[in-house]
Amino acid sequence: MATYTGLSALWFSLIGLLWAGYFFLEGFDFGVGMVSPLVSRDDTDRRLCMNAVGPVWDGNEVWLLVAGGATFAAFPLWYGLLFQGAYLALFLVVFALIARGVSFEFRGKFDDPRWRRVWDVANFAGSLVAALIWGVAFTNFVHGLPLSAAGYTGGLIGLLNPLALVGGLAALAVFAFHGSVFLSLKTSGGLMQRAQRVARVAGGAAVILLAATVAWVAAAGRPWHTLAGALPGTIPLALGALAVAALVIAALLVIRGRDGLAFAGTGAAILLTMGAVFASMYPAVIPASNGAALALTVGAAASHPYTLEVMTVVAGIFTPLVLLYQGWTYWVFRRRLQRPAAVATAAPGASGG
Amino acid sequence: MTLDLARWQFAIVTVFHFFFVPMTIGLAFLVAVMQTLALVRKDETWDRLSRFFGRIFLISLAVGVVTGIVLEFEFGLNWSAFSIFVGNIFGAPLAIEGLLAFFLESTFIGLWIFGRERLSPRVHLATIWLVSIGTILSAFFILAANAWMQHPVGYAVEGGQAVLTNFWALLANSTLWVSFLHTVLGALATGGALALGISIWRAHRAAADGVERAAFRRATAFAAALVLVTVVLTAIVGDFQARLMDVQEPMKMAAAEALYNTQNGASFSLLTIGNLSGQPIFQIRVPHLLSLIADLSWNGQVIGINQMQATEAARYGAGNYAPVLWLTYWSFRTMVGAGILMIAVSAWGVWLWWRKQLAASRWFRRAALAGIGLPIIANASGWIFTEAGRQPWIVYGLMQTAKGVSTVGAGDVALTTAAFVAVYTILGVLAVVLVLRAARHPFDEIGEPGDDAEPTPAPGLVY
Repeated sequence: MATYTGLSALWFSLIGLLWAGYFFLEGFDFGVGMVSPLVSRDDTDRRLCMNAVGPVWDGNEVWLLVAGGATFAAFPLWYGLLFQGAYLALFLVVFALIARGVSFEFRGKFDDPRWRRVWDVANFAGSLVAALIWGVAFTNFVHGLPLSAAGYTGGLIGLLNPLALVGGLAALAVFAFHGSVFLSLKTSGGLMQRAQRVARVAGGAAVILLAATVAWVAAAGRPWHTLAGALPGTIPLALGALAVAALVIAALLVIRGRDGLAFAGTGAAILLTMGAVFASMYPAVIPASNGAALALTVGAAASHPYTLEVMTVVAGIFTPLVLLYQGWTYWVFRRRLQRPAAVATAAPGASGG
Repeated sequence: MTLDLARWQFAIVTVFHFFFVPMTIGLAFLVAVMQTLALVRKDETWDRLSRFFGRIFLISLAVGVVTGIVLEFEFGLNWSAFSIFVGNIFGAPLAIEGLLAFFLESTFIGLWIFGRERLSPRVHLATIWLVSIGTILSAFFILAANAWMQHPVGYAVEGGQAVLTNFWALLANSTLWVSFLHTVLGALATGGALALGISIWRAHRAAADGVERAAFRRATAFAAALVLVTVVLTAIVGDFQARLMDVQEPMKMAAAEALYNTQNGASFSLLTIGNLSGQPIFQIRVPHLLSLIADLSWNGQVIGINQMQATEAARYGAGNYAPVLWLTYWSFRTMVGAGILMIAVSAWGVWLWWRKQLAASRWFRRAALAGIGLPIIANASGWIFTEAGRQPWIVYGLMQTAKGVSTVGAGDVALTTAAFVAVYTILGVLAVVLVLRAARHPFDEIGEPGDDAEPTPAPGLVY
């Protein structure tokens, strides 16, 4: 039984890591999509933004699919009850991801300003909606949902409470910050300078909003902290505080023009935040805000040890391989994008607004 | 109401997704082969052809990828009770599909699209092969999950959940291997049929010059041969599949023919006018064919729907255990019919090429263009047959579809279904428009600087 608890705790942690990896990677994709209208002066700038994440966005999104699949396999009850509970919210994410997913491939297919406009909007809105809802969702998870025996039945409106909306805005700001720092690293010239300016503003907003969310969640308390195995509340709080500190440092580094280190800071902030979320939830997978007993726990939701063992072996063999080749992609595309010489001085007619 | 809507939604999102999946699997392979020929033979024509079909492949891939995201969540969203029941088993191949296949596919497609100038030709070629392997691995693992629903193996039911007892049994499931081969061979034929139709059309356009004609004639012959070989193999594997089905899911076999009563030496009807309940107005029957399909013997016994109904009612309790017969009957015939036509069209193409008469036949051109639709019809109707034929079960013998649905309100399911219909209609139209445009792309511009619809070519910019 002890090893079984260990295995299910391991898979809880791995799913936390998958989400953290997902938000670290697709976080800057979302951010680039969100700040592109702010930093772009013309069509070429918007193209540069899209191509800055072009080679990697698809691989980044797979982290989400694997997180979903791993939850299905390791914690069927978590997957089943959570998804039907957050029904409309998840559909909004799905539609947002469809819109931005096709925008990459479709945008360049017609040399027509209106056509490109449509896909620029799809990329922007898709990034924004997905980021906002992920923020709202995870703030609700870490705060706890009002649960009944059938899981969460409060609908989309129930998820849009004030605390969760602040959390959603925090996600927008953090990803916008993360994405604009990424753009500063990947572009050059005027676009890079504008990205740096946006990063300063987004950095300030991210610090304030994430700090507010962490403080509010901590003040609201965790009814499930009495469950066996729950970590002391100081651990998630400390992780949350470290995440805010990482953002502060990143914001200062941006002002000093140290974009590389600043990106490490925004990335660390995202990983630490997800660490705080999963440390706070454990041993609940769906924490209840209305009493400890109603929470769905790791033990109750986990698959049988055999499934977890099989999955552990498969993940142990293939995860390093995936990290290796995905890392190599970033190495191949490490260079900054240059603005094409032909339009270095804004060509008349190239501007789309 | 929630149940019916959830079934419609699942049917819509999977069938639409599966318009693009086989196309993507087929074209990835085709492009990889063409690019290999280009590199090995240092041949510019194959290089241009691989780039030409690569553009069409990417459109198909883009729609396939975004509609695939939906399916990762669809089980938990609309089929929550099913997900909880099967997660121990069904979730494992799904997660492994993500880890082994999706990562491979999505990472190396980025390298293939953006890496042409940055990677050596050999490494760049390796990336498209890895993408192709990724698409095929993806098919394997998702079919492992589906095959378990058709023919559960390596499990025990404990505390209201099916739990895995033998992972190797899951991977060695006979149902998996035949449906994997059937699906992947059919997918190669789907990509091949698209390439065949487009190539023969491009080879005879009035605007085409000599270089273009020669290149697309070569592509026509290649695609026709690919389709002929893969469709014949698909049919042979399908025959194995039918015999397995006769043992594992006899009700589905009976439903394929709407055979009500057990028969030795059962005949197979090519078509039926009137109802299927035993008193047709008009029917064309081939004697003994159903027994041959099901049992590979002239007088083999095929169990009828009524007998299966009695057997299953005795085993699982009172209830209706027959699927919707008109759907299974006609989807089966549609699949087989489309397959036979594909063999005919591709064999005609290979024969014309062998006689050096590809240029001559206007009718072959028309047939090949229309033939693009045949595998798409066959793929959809094949899946409709196999999924509808398993009903009323969602997991054969273990869980009925009606028991698997989520407890969400019908209004929410209706809303999201309507949204899918709207979004997928737009996506479908855009995909067709973009494929038509890519199919018309000037051949002499392919691979030249300034190719793509881009006004300002620049290093590192592809999208």
